Amino acid sequence: MPELLLELLSEEIPARMQARASADLKKLVEEALDEANLPFGSIDAYVTPRRLTLVADGLPARQPDIREERKGPRADASEKAITGFLNSVGLGRDQIEERETGNGAVLFAVIERPGRDTAEALADILPDSLRRLPWPKSMRWGSRALRWVRPLHGILCLFDGAVVGFALEDIVSGDTTVGHRFLSPQPFFVAGFADYADKLRRAHVVLDPAERRRMIAGGAEKLAAAEGLKITSDDALLDEVTGLVEWPVPLIGRIDAEFMDLPSEVLTATMRVNQKYFALEDAGGAIAPRFVVIANTEAVDGGGAIVEGNERVLRARLSDAKFFWDQDRGRTLASRAPELAKIIFHARLGTLDEKADRMQALATSISRHVPGADMDRVRSASRLAKADLVTGMVGEFPELQGLMGRHYALNDGENAEVADAVAEHYAPRGPRDRCPTAPVSVAVALADKIDTLVGFYAIGEKPTGSKDPFALRRAALGVIRLILQNSLSLKLRGVFMNAYELYAESAVAGSRADEVARELMEFIADRLKVHLRDRGIRHDRITAVFSLTGEDDLLRFMARVGALDEFLAGEDGENLLTAYRRAANIVRIEEKNDGAAYQGRADDALLRERQERELFDALAASEKEIAERLAAEQYVDAMSALSRLRRPVDAFFDDVTVNCGEPDLRRNRLFLLSQIGSALESVADFSKIEG
Amino acid sequence: MAASSPPAHSFQNLILELQRFWADQGCVILQPYDMEVGAGTFHPATTLRSLGPEPWKAAYVQPSRRPADGRYGENPNRVQRFYQYQVILKPSPDDILDVYLTSLAHIGIDAAGHDIRFVEDDWESPTLGAWGLGWEVWCDGMEISQFTYFQQVGGFDCEPVSGEITYGLERLAMYIQGIDNIFDLDWNGVEGEGCFTYGDVYRRSEREFSAYNFERADTDILLRQFVDAEAACGQLVEAGLALPAYDQCMKASHLFNLLDARGVVSVTERAAYIARVRALARASCEQWLGRAAGEA
Repeated sequence: MPELLLELLSEEIPARMQARASADLKKLVEEALDEANLPFGSIDAYVTPRRLTLVADGLPARQPDIREERKGPRADASEKAITGFLNSVGLGRDQIEERETGNGAVLFAVIERPGRDTAEALADILPDSLRRLPWPKSMRWGSRALRWVRPLHGILCLFDGAVVGFALEDIVSGDTTVGHRFLSPQPFFVAGFADYADKLRRAHVVLDPAERRRMIAGGAEKLAAAEGLKITSDDALLDEVTGLVEWPVPLIGRIDAEFMDLPSEVLTATMRVNQKYFALEDAGGAIAPRFVVIANTEAVDGGGAIVEGNERVLRARLSDAKFFWDQDRGRTLASRAPELAKIIFHARLGTLDEKADRMQALATSISRHVPGADMDRVRSASRLAKADLVTGMVGEFPELQGLMGRHYALNDGENAEVADAVAEHYAPRGPRDRCPTAPVSVAVALADKIDTLVGFYAIGEKPTGSKDPFALRRAALGVIRLILQNSLSLKLRGVFMNAYELYAESAVAGSRADEVARELMEFIADRLKVHLRDRGIRHDRITAVFSLTGEDDLLRFMARVGALDEFLAGEDGENLLTAYRRAANIVRIEEKNDGAAYQGRADDALLRERQERELFDALAASEKEIAERLAAEQYVDAMSALSRLRRPVDAFFDDVTVNCGEPDLRRNRLFLLSQIGSALESVADFSKIEG
Repeated sequence: MAASSPPAHSFQNLILELQRFWADQGCVILQPYDMEVGAGTFHPATTLRSLGPEPWKAAYVQPSRRPADGRYGENPNRVQRFYQYQVILKPSPDDILDVYLTSLAHIGIDAAGHDIRFVEDDWESPTLGAWGLGWEVWCDGMEISQFTYFQQVGGFDCEPVSGEITYGLERLAMYIQGIDNIFDLDWNGVEGEGCFTYGDVYRRSEREFSAYNFERADTDILLRQFVDAEAACGQLVEAGLALPAYDQCMKASHLFNLLDARGVVSVTERAAYIARVRALARASCEQWLGRAAGEA
């Protein structure tokens, strides 16, 4: 069956965009084929630094003919109705049929749409799909208006071996492409996918990223093994390098011995971030004085000059790093802390030195709630946490902030827990980052984030839409994860107020502590929804608990949300939710009709029916039990108490008429309904539950 | 180690070869702009000429000052003043990468023996309100050029798009001469006594300017000069003089870099200063475009 082959040849596509682009291309072409009624057997997309390629197999030679029948008005309908029908189907009066139906003669249009040749249809639909390919960043070049990730040079498009003719501006599709930029730049003709892949390989291009990845990993391992070493596993780097080469050639180089006493993080950061080299380690896991670079070419000299060049670059980078390492250790980290006064945290919120002071006070008070946190160590760690920002090494490698602080702290003879807290206090940096568990680290990490949140909220710098320049969402998520993963009982509102008081009055002038704490609690609840969404907990559960209680102890909050979620998932919960809504509706409607309020307690003396009495008693019993259970933080038991209302509530709705003729009885029954609402609302705000 | 490279590999010969090569490509060969700038991009032949519809091809050396990069002449890789070779082609030709690679072969870097790589590098100059997409060009792991397709300058769309190539001359020369210390670069390619190295020419300058940049630059004076340049730029824009206005913008930009190197600019103030320079760049560019349209 015929095959579609499409290649977009461009200048070098950023590695990080490649996988996504090939997936998007595949999806867009799939959709376009479906829409054009063109079934296909298999479809695959590939990507290299210079080309995006798609192959689909098993397409028909033609689109199927389409026969569509449309029923119109009766034959004796008005002229206007008939003309309207003719226009809608695009046919003349003589081209449509009249058919006898039980309802008299009715007009029928039979629309025949002959399928087009697939090649012709493809020429129509592909340009549109390509223009819609969503690059994270695209650009114009030369005098064109066309946008692509980098200049697009050629389009190869074949269907069943013949060119599918179309153009994007002046770039016209054809049946040729080129090989590797340096090793095989000559253009060549292509007959189909098998021919394409085969010729590309001979032209020094490995099309399939998965294969390049295997070649890189395997080749690097082999070079490492030859020296009794192994590659330090780094999937992200492997992915990136796969996107930098069409013809991977792993080469191994040496690191000068004089650099091997640098911290391994420094060596690794220099190699991976700056140079995209793989680090190697010995059997014991210690970093080895070798690196593997993946060249994109087979050099005429076998790679000697390439290795030598890369070694020289690394030497220059590492001598920079070594200079900083030696210089930074010339002074203690503690002696640098005052220099934080020259780094502004934020124009209105003061310097980092001031932030460190606040963090110290806040972390100390938080540490009371962190089991096992030594207060003196929390104090020292808070003071040192930011000090590495004024070292040369962190100036050079900002991504080593914290990690260098640990090295320097240990070098100064600081306690290990203190040094670890310096390293870990930025964590967690996102949903997947490791969350600290060491008590001192937890206290300092919380203080850092809460100080930031409170400060920026106090000066009105809140995240809006996609804008979150101070990464407050990440800070809030960090607070949530630190508390939940370490099971800390912390009343956040109080902590926020405390953090607020630590700011200079002038800095937070124009705001109020309680207001800031309230807004931040809402923000935390909001981020909690996002955090829990990934675990399948619906946002309305969180709203229902939060809007009722404003609970600021996240552990209790979660217990309550969990109990509610479980309750609503069961049959009793579902049923009571329906009853709750029904009761609330009736009360609302009658209140509106009468212009009166029916919120209150029913009068014992006005209960006439057995079902009324039973509900009355059940409500009284459950209200008492719920209050006790909630006070004891037994949220699941509180929900069970609610469950016991189900039977009497059902019976009441089944057998008691609320809107009866006797006003006193009616009023009393409406009160009874309102009590159902308040009983449920003592546990959560059920009006916020959706679905 | 000095003067061990053949004359063809001297620092000055590298520049001469590039001049010859780009002259042969039809470029206007300009001389450096006579003001302190942080990069060749600031030269009005790039900043201003990349705006507007008129074709333009130019190449030039531009001494570039980065006060914070000074190391008193003691770091083998860092200097506070270095040379860029800048090429600007408008509209960017379709074969611009091939021409660039030919230029590398011309100065002795043959892709057959080296690993040349195009690594993503989105260029942005917040002070110029400019951005573009392109790459760092790596040769055996070393960045030897930057390559950018300008999308916006001064906040205005570039139509057509210019292609910009910036060669880091010292790094290229170090690579070609095979040396590890910038101050050992053979400058003039003369054997023996008449040889001048980069150190002979510039070490004292590095030492003294590092001291100036980090210790002696009077921040009060710099701040006053910044404010003056800002005011002058505004007046010149008012007067419809785009080029003199843009000179003041370059001045303000360099003054900001000096203040930054003195460590007196806080993180937040930094953003504010950058925004102020960007406003000057924008106003100058706007005036330039208005003029260009008027003359067309």
